[in-house]
Amino acid sequence: MKSAVLVFPGTNRETDIAGAIERSAGIKPHMVWHGDSDLPKVDLIVVAGGFSYGDYLRCGAMAAHSPIMREVKARAEKGVPVLAVCNGFQIAAEIGLVPGVLMRNAHLQFVCSDVNLKVESSQSLFTHRYQAGQVIRVPVAHAEGNYFADDDTLKRLEDRGQVAFRYCDSTGDVTAGNPNGSIRNIAGVFNDTKTVLGMMPHPENATEALFGGTDGKPLFDALAAALV
Amino acid sequence: MTTWEQNPPVKLPNEPAITPQIVAEHGLSPDEYQRVLKIMGREPTMVELGVFSAMWSEHCSYKSSKVWLKKLPTEAPWVIQGPGENAGVIDIGDGQAAIFKMESHNHPSYIEPYQGAATGVGGILRDVFTMGARPIANVNALRFGDPEHPKTRHLVGGVVAGIGGYGNCMGIPTVAGETSFHRAYNENCLVNAMTVGIARADRIFYAAAAGLGNPVVYVGSKTGRDGIHGATMASAEFTEDSESKRPTVQVGDPFVEKLLLEACLELMETDAIVAIQDMGAAGLTSSSFEMADKGGLGLEIALDKVPMRETGMNPYELMLSESQERMLMVLKPGREDEARRIFEKWELDFAVIGRLTDTRRMVLRWYGDVVASIPIPPVVTEAPVYERPWTATPLPPALDAATIAPPKDYADALLQLVGSPDQCSKAWIWRQYDHLIMGNTAIRPGGDAAVVRVPDGNGKALAITSDCTPRYCQAHPETGGRQAVAEAWRNLTAVGATPLACTDNMNFGNPQKPEIMGQFAGCTMGMAEACTTLAFPIVSGNVSLYNETQGRGILPTPVIGGVGVMKDVTRCVDIATREAGLVLVLIGETRGHLGQSIYLRDIQGREDGPPPPVDLTVEKRNGDFVRSQIQAGHVAACHDLSDGGLAIALAEMAMAGGTGLTIAIPEDAGCPVHAYLFGEDQGRYVMAVRPAVADAVLASAAAAKVPATRLGSSGGAALTVEGVLAISVADLRRTHEAWLPAYMEVRS
Amino acid sequence: MKARVHVTLKTGVLDPQGKAIGNALHRLGFPEVGDVRQGKFIELELAETDADRAKSRLDEMCRKLLANTVIENYRIELVS
Repeated sequence: MKSAVLVFPGTNRETDIAGAIERSAGIKPHMVWHGDSDLPKVDLIVVAGGFSYGDYLRCGAMAAHSPIMREVKARAEKGVPVLAVCNGFQIAAEIGLVPGVLMRNAHLQFVCSDVNLKVESSQSLFTHRYQAGQVIRVPVAHAEGNYFADDDTLKRLEDRGQVAFRYCDSTGDVTAGNPNGSIRNIAGVFNDTKTVLGMMPHPENATEALFGGTDGKPLFDALAAALV
Repeated sequence: MTTWEQNPPVKLPNEPAITPQIVAEHGLSPDEYQRVLKIMGREPTMVELGVFSAMWSEHCSYKSSKVWLKKLPTEAPWVIQGPGENAGVIDIGDGQAAIFKMESHNHPSYIEPYQGAATGVGGILRDVFTMGARPIANVNALRFGDPEHPKTRHLVGGVVAGIGGYGNCMGIPTVAGETSFHRAYNENCLVNAMTVGIARADRIFYAAAAGLGNPVVYVGSKTGRDGIHGATMASAEFTEDSESKRPTVQVGDPFVEKLLLEACLELMETDAIVAIQDMGAAGLTSSSFEMADKGGLGLEIALDKVPMRETGMNPYELMLSESQERMLMVLKPGREDEARRIFEKWELDFAVIGRLTDTRRMVLRWYGDVVASIPIPPVVTEAPVYERPWTATPLPPALDAATIAPPKDYADALLQLVGSPDQCSKAWIWRQYDHLIMGNTAIRPGGDAAVVRVPDGNGKALAITSDCTPRYCQAHPETGGRQAVAEAWRNLTAVGATPLACTDNMNFGNPQKPEIMGQFAGCTMGMAEACTTLAFPIVSGNVSLYNETQGRGILPTPVIGGVGVMKDVTRCVDIATREAGLVLVLIGETRGHLGQSIYLRDIQGREDGPPPPVDLTVEKRNGDFVRSQIQAGHVAACHDLSDGGLAIALAEMAMAGGTGLTIAIPEDAGCPVHAYLFGEDQGRYVMAVRPAVADAVLASAAAAKVPATRLGSSGGAALTVEGVLAISVADLRRTHEAWLPAYMEVRS
Repeated sequence: MKARVHVTLKTGVLDPQGKAIGNALHRLGFPEVGDVRQGKFIELELAETDADRAKSRLDEMCRKLLANTVIENYRIELVS
């Protein structure tokens, strides 16, 4: 699997996700600086976490309007898979790669903690190594992860199975365990072709037993298996 | 080179005459001003006076503390760089070095908690990456006033948000720390931030300038009027009107610092840098003097070339501004363009502002005119150094545990302690810090020490902790100093690491008062003794004095930031007893020392008695034994005994692991039950040992002459002390986790 | 020409910061305060003299970057 991890000024989880990809795919991703003209031809584009442009104005807003994101959008529209995590999710939502927006956490604080996630669908490039309904434990680390979408969008998401993950408690109850106020406990969503996944939690920080557990690893294993 | 001797510097337009009042406003005593006149051979200009004021402030010159700091041991075979540089450097094997330091930002944090704490984190990060290290962990030691004091809640909220806001954006995990409350900090909170970084041992960058004619380069953010006189403010006692000093607090921009970090590390991959120094307290003044002085050279700076954020700034402001996220570098000749390209890629300012000279003078120009010309060596060598008078605090008379009442109900007492402001869970704080980024955090906040894997380090890890027990230091400074070092060493040991070195952050009151100076002297002597015996040298540090408001001193607080190494990260253990059937073994001797204990203070309402004695030989023997057992894989969990003694340690182990523990107090305990459970005797640990090896561990302890007592075992859902108390782990957790969120819920 | 852009959350979108401000004001003895909405205020210098052209360019800026129209409204004000 050839992959590229985008690096904007202020991106700071690029080495975490590059490590996770390398552990599953056996190949280091290309690290692509936002100002570089060419996005290499790859099987997977990753928009990593961090504070691109300091999260000033609105998280993800300035990176979303950079030239390289126009190229990412064009590739995504041709079907190249995109994994957008945390700040990457915020950027992807800003340019409409995935529906909805991420607002300030309801309790107004940054939250770094392990959370429980219910896998809503195992029918995707990203989640086929999980069972639908499985509860996994991965960390979140964000101040603006409060997912919001209008009722029409939510209905469309639910009807078409585009909700990838929901926050839940350890028993899988998706009316509990919400760390940020996200509407309907939504933690991650697909685009309508399920080739783009945006999610707030960090599966990349749950890929080694001693360092946060391994519940995030099947996501990268799934991509490595699907995108050979 | 210049004709400054014949032509004294020009004065700025509207420059006032130097009056005794202006001298005093610059924090210089009449004696110190006489030294200035002697060095200059004439009346200084305002710019020059500002420079002396900054360089001779307590913060920059260590004038009250220097004679005592010299007594601290700073060397060991693994020490690459001791105090005197931006941070200390130790060899951790595999050609790698750990670079670390702790620094205070107490006064700015009291005035503007968010920005004060944020820029404290920014400053210590720069100290570490200036030396060529990529930071891998942040630590914070916080002390606030009485929770009931009207300002405390506001300070806690602001400081925590500021630390998180800066560290999270930088992408450096905040992995450890401590937070406590005492009325002595009511109007003077302590915010001590520590950063640990990793560099190649053969690629360390220092501040000493070299190479006549080499360009002096300014990089980072533009200079504004932030924090002018911040260094002087940090050394002046607070008075009521300090609240109006708000404009002098710097504002941090972690986004720019992240860019500065990446740009500096990228340039450090080349060999273009001769010397580099961050602009911290006293900004351009102290960075330029330190570089030139360490290199034995002179410096000529064109101040009009400094990138400025505001119009109308003058040389005085430029020299004293404490704008953040700035660095000063000396480059090899001809490498300016290469460096400029890197900084422009990261969208940072880059300006050649001066050259190195052989005059050993600091010559400052403003659009061609010389506005200051100061001989550099005497500013440093003839800086005032004070041997301030001091009086020792006598050791309080012993308290017999038998004269101290037992609690009315043991379970109630333990619940009260685990839910008290000092002993309660601090998860509300560290959940606001990204403690997982970089993916190397093996032991998270909340235990004895954090453990962080070293990137590209062959599976080795660093253990990191910060410790101090101010009430012990207040009662008997020498014992308190010894105890702070011993506890840091013990916490590193309790995760299985070998302690290597530490950094100290000395927070004290007004050194011009003999009893406060005596606290400083006593703590330093105790620390020196402990560092020597435990082979745990001090490699960097910071002194913060005048932590008083309206004449009331803070508790003496010499915070120790300790760093240890372990070859194999998979061998580390935390405090959580996660499984049933583990054998609980108490290491060390229990005499039931209740003087200055948490039990005495929080249950009996008394703050008296002597602190527990620290026998350093015993400390070392017990610790070395515990470490050997952990490294051998015999131990599933381990916790050191400190505040609240055995009862608190067991409760914390049970809560962390979610499993009950049952112990019986030995019949030959030799002290009353409450003293056995809550006594704070030093040099002790509880190990949860794998059952198959328990007998062997006890036999090894006996052979090593280490006191070891089989207390009981893990299992069930309650913490039980047979015949004394039984509390479900769920109840303990509920109480432990309740206080801080409830306290902070009432937002002011 | 100078322009001011006000960005506010749309009615119906939860504004936790505004709510926190409202609660704080109540506690400080301002019971008359009802709903509080917090927004952003952005001041821009423009090298443009024609008000209509400026307005349409500003409108584009708002839609492209300054506001996220999924959750935010904006209002443009030309000064001098």
